[in-house]
Amino acid sequence: MKAKYTIALSGLNAIDNPGPGVAVARGLKEAKSFDVRLIGLTYESLEPGIYMHDLFDKVYHIPYPTAGTEVLKARIQYINQKENLDLIIPNFDAELYSFMKLEDDLSSMNIKTFLPTFDQFEERHKVNLPDFGEKYAIDVPKSKAIFDSSELYKLGMEYTFPMVIKGKFYDAYIAFNIEQAENYFNKLSGKWGLPIVIQEFVRGDEYNVTGLGDGDGNTIAAVPMRKQYITDKGKAWGGISIANEEMIELTKHFIKETKWRGGFELELMKAQDGTYYLIEINPRMPAWIYLAVGVGQNIPEALVNLAFGKEVKPYTNFDVGKMFVRYAYDMIVNIDEFEQISSKGEL
Amino acid sequence: MKINKNIAVSETGFVFNPASGEAFTVNSSGTELLNLIIKGVSYQKISNIFLEKYDTSQTTFDQDYHDFVDMLNQYNLVTISKEKE
Repeated sequence: MKAKYTIALSGLNAIDNPGPGVAVARGLKEAKSFDVRLIGLTYESLEPGIYMHDLFDKVYHIPYPTAGTEVLKARIQYINQKENLDLIIPNFDAELYSFMKLEDDLSSMNIKTFLPTFDQFEERHKVNLPDFGEKYAIDVPKSKAIFDSSELYKLGMEYTFPMVIKGKFYDAYIAFNIEQAENYFNKLSGKWGLPIVIQEFVRGDEYNVTGLGDGDGNTIAAVPMRKQYITDKGKAWGGISIANEEMIELTKHFIKETKWRGGFELELMKAQDGTYYLIEINPRMPAWIYLAVGVGQNIPEALVNLAFGKEVKPYTNFDVGKMFVRYAYDMIVNIDEFEQISSKGEL
Repeated sequence: MKINKNIAVSETGFVFNPASGEAFTVNSSGTELLNLIIKGVSYQKISNIFLEKYDTSQTTFDQDYHDFVDMLNQYNLVTISKEKE
């Protein structure tokens, strides 16, 4: 008989810059090794996943990370009393730290997680990427964290235009002159805070790999993808699975060296000389994770089994040349549902 | 010259490079030419086939063939050995 888990997950904002929650939920619903009851965790009342009743059995608002971990802990305690959670899968970079900090508290509530360690989380941060590259012998573009826009004028010959201006957690812009750089600095610091990362612009083709590490250095899953259709926010609206040994090897090297625990996404740029540069490491499953499920590697399912201490055999192959094509879909929602999630914080 | 490993060419002229995810379309004569190259048919034989089948000159064929091969090379679909074909 299959186990049945109650799993709470966030990232239900399936918008033009989507969170991974809905895709992760689809993977979990299709899991063959267990049945699930899914609880959505949301920050806003218009996150589309809230109204996807075929995926989520119940949805609760949770406080923003800025409210602090004690407030989050109290909210999780409340949700747990009602739902008896087995596992939480946070899907936002910005909230991971809070959940990592609460790992022991969650454990005492019998709620499991499968997250990277603090060290893994910190050293892969885009602010620390140059040191990360040097430590693990991975090619990364030159980058620097700055705290004041005046520092843009002091970069000198070290960084030339175009350069990439990146937010602390999300968003990146290519600046072609100092005015644009300053504008993007202000825009990103206003939205995500400081520091802002200045990164050398690498000309080339962009690729992504999603994978899963078991925390002991073993690669449980790895699927490379090429973005085929990119939105003005740089997000993949369509992509295709590819067979690229260099990317798989790089991923295995990353997992083996860092002993990465959990799901992740590597953002890579193949320069014109053929070098693969690691642009960014996202410490959670990406919004396109359902492609991995579709090509035969159900990473959300494997992550859950690892969290429950089950033996998980590494995936060794996947379908090459399968695509995902994202689409927008208008759901019709009754006002009483919106009212309930807005006023009561649960639906 | 060899077509790179795993490059897939469909009957309709859809070319897919599984290592990079790039996809291309070629017209019917391009598909025919590509399939002959995949089979390892020599340049001279390909030239004879095309001159017999199509109303074209040796000079035009030579030029078109090399333009086509340059493009295949540019998109990393072929490996060209140093020896002249």
